[in-house]
Amino acid sequence: MAFAAFSTAEAPTEQAPRKKSRIALFLLLPGIAYLVLFFLTPLVSLLLTSLQAPLEFGDIGQYQYAFNWQNYVDVMTTYWPHIVRSFGYALAATVFALLFSYPLAYFIGVKARRWPLLQSLMLVLVIAPFFISFLLRTLAWKQILSDESFVITSLKALSLLGPDAHFTGTPFAVIFGLTYNFIPFMTLPLYTTLERLDLRYLEAGSDLYANPFTVFRKVTLPLSMPGIVAGTLLTFIPAAGDYVNASRDFLGGPDTQMMGNVIEANFLVLLNYPAAAALSIILMAAILVLVGIYVKRSGTEDLL
Amino acid sequence: MAVREFAERGADLELVGIQKRFPGFTAIQDLDLTIPAGSFFALLGPSGCGKTTTLRLVAGLEEPTQGRILIGGKDVTATRSHERPVNTVFQSYALFPHMSIIENVAFGLKRRRIGDPLGKAHEALRLVELDHLAQRRPQQLSGGQQQRVALARAIVNRPALLLLDEPLGALDLKLRRQMQLELKTIQEEVGLTFLHVTHDQEEAMTMADTVAVMNKGAIEQMGAPEVLYDLPRTVFVANFLGQSNLFTGAVAGATDTAITVDAAGSRIVVPKSRSARHNGTVTVGVRPEKVTLHAEAPADAPGRNVVGPGRVLDVSFSGVSTQYLVDIPGHDTVLVFAQNTGIGPSAGVGDEVWTSWLIEHGFGLADGPSDAERFPADDSTTSIAAQRRDDLVAELEEG
Repeated sequence: MAFAAFSTAEAPTEQAPRKKSRIALFLLLPGIAYLVLFFLTPLVSLLLTSLQAPLEFGDIGQYQYAFNWQNYVDVMTTYWPHIVRSFGYALAATVFALLFSYPLAYFIGVKARRWPLLQSLMLVLVIAPFFISFLLRTLAWKQILSDESFVITSLKALSLLGPDAHFTGTPFAVIFGLTYNFIPFMTLPLYTTLERLDLRYLEAGSDLYANPFTVFRKVTLPLSMPGIVAGTLLTFIPAAGDYVNASRDFLGGPDTQMMGNVIEANFLVLLNYPAAAALSIILMAAILVLVGIYVKRSGTEDLL
Repeated sequence: MAVREFAERGADLELVGIQKRFPGFTAIQDLDLTIPAGSFFALLGPSGCGKTTTLRLVAGLEEPTQGRILIGGKDVTATRSHERPVNTVFQSYALFPHMSIIENVAFGLKRRRIGDPLGKAHEALRLVELDHLAQRRPQQLSGGQQQRVALARAIVNRPALLLLDEPLGALDLKLRRQMQLELKTIQEEVGLTFLHVTHDQEEAMTMADTVAVMNKGAIEQMGAPEVLYDLPRTVFVANFLGQSNLFTGAVAGATDTAITVDAAGSRIVVPKSRSARHNGTVTVGVRPEKVTLHAEAPADAPGRNVVGPGRVLDVSFSGVSTQYLVDIPGHDTVLVFAQNTGIGPSAGVGDEVWTSWLIEHGFGLADGPSDAERFPADDSTTSIAAQRRDDLVAELEEG
């Protein structure tokens, strides 16, 4: 009933855009062609690969098209720890990145409003890491946090770390790397939301007997939900599929392998393409479901 | 000390030696003000005069540089906004966009853990006739409706002191009248203390028991609207609160009860009791509706001041009255409002006329027009109000 008032107003305008829809379709063609070629085709190919069966009497790495659903069961039973680990690490990294980025974004977007120069400077600092490849930066962290590094030897000297303790190769190092690498993706959407936050709402909350903590919980936080949702998605999705930080060549170790590493190994080392494809599909589907539930639960559809 | 209970009645508000400096300028200089409990007090002034800053100081949204704020005799200068028994109707409404109307209205009650917040919120919404929209979001409401919600959200808390920051600015004339009436009714029913900040002199005069005219961070004059209008003390008040014809000259003579000012050859008599100054150069004035036009020099008019002859520059007819602009050599143009009790205009453009008014209608000011230069004439309240309303209407249409 609430929308009854709109329907009458909208009805006549519906005719006009229809005439233009052909032009719109024409303009959309390059985009559609691009998506079909570079998104849909690989996706279908991946789906088909995931159902392939080994070629009878064939070599390693030779497969034929089939409907071998068993692949999914096999990878799930073999790699379920990696699947759980991937989402666990990604979740931890997202939470840490949020805890780190929110105060930072709040400072840049709200507190630093009076000093635009400081605001710009801090934004540049947030974006600055992008000037260097994340591979190099992650390698740099590996150096900084290696067993022989100044940081670790100092911590050991201060007895804050045991003599045999490592940092690289531990889950902590992988989560640290993921958090570090995705902080800008968390900070920037948070900043854009907080920068537009109307402080008069906070004043109104305070005027209506809410203490600063309640104002934050009831006003600031809900109003920054679009930024939180965007930032957590931009962090969680790539972090769940990341295979750099957890790789043995970077911050990971044998016990920290994530789905990305397993997929990489299956594709490039074990040449078990169906398993790699099945894992990829599982990863994608799991992320889709989780994100769907998350967006629905956070109730930000109308704020996004 | 979160306020957990409704205020029984309004509280006194006392501002003692308040000063507020911002980097680069002083918004309020040495303000002393007492607003008795249960009164409807209006702070009237042009934008930038410090009235909104005063309100924000009382609400606790700004801290005074100096001075003390007392509400109901209790010093609240050091307490924060959420601890003060004060609610504000914000100029921008500031309704929470992520909450429904009913959640907005119940917000303050829930924070204070007052029983049955939703029931009371519905009651407040019924008062402003918006209960049927309780489940909507603020964005789905018109400007006027949002304003009424903002009002409901404040009064539902029964604060000892209700602050109104230009609360009727965005409303069209009819709704404005309706809300003015509603505010007044609520005030009388509930007996709260209202502090109303506005640049609209008409709104201030129709609603408030006491009006304080503020200019440049200080109160120029304070009193009942009728008194302020009848006997302004400064050029600023004379021009901001309604319009005035002003004449400046040296005092040329005095009796026990009156002084005579020689303004460019015209002798104008003002009762001593109605003049702030009795010697030196004095600016005297008279309201346009008190001035009468004459086609011939009024011979022998005891008890009246006569200024003229001059020529009619402009005649504008507005139904109940006609406004004449008369150019009299040596004086500023004289404005005359004449009730249209006869038939047709009594003077046309270019006619030679004389103006006169009863001596007891004149007033003598404490300052002169030179001091008033700080406030340009085209900044009259009506033009500010019209400008603001246009801006807001444009803004609403855009959004």
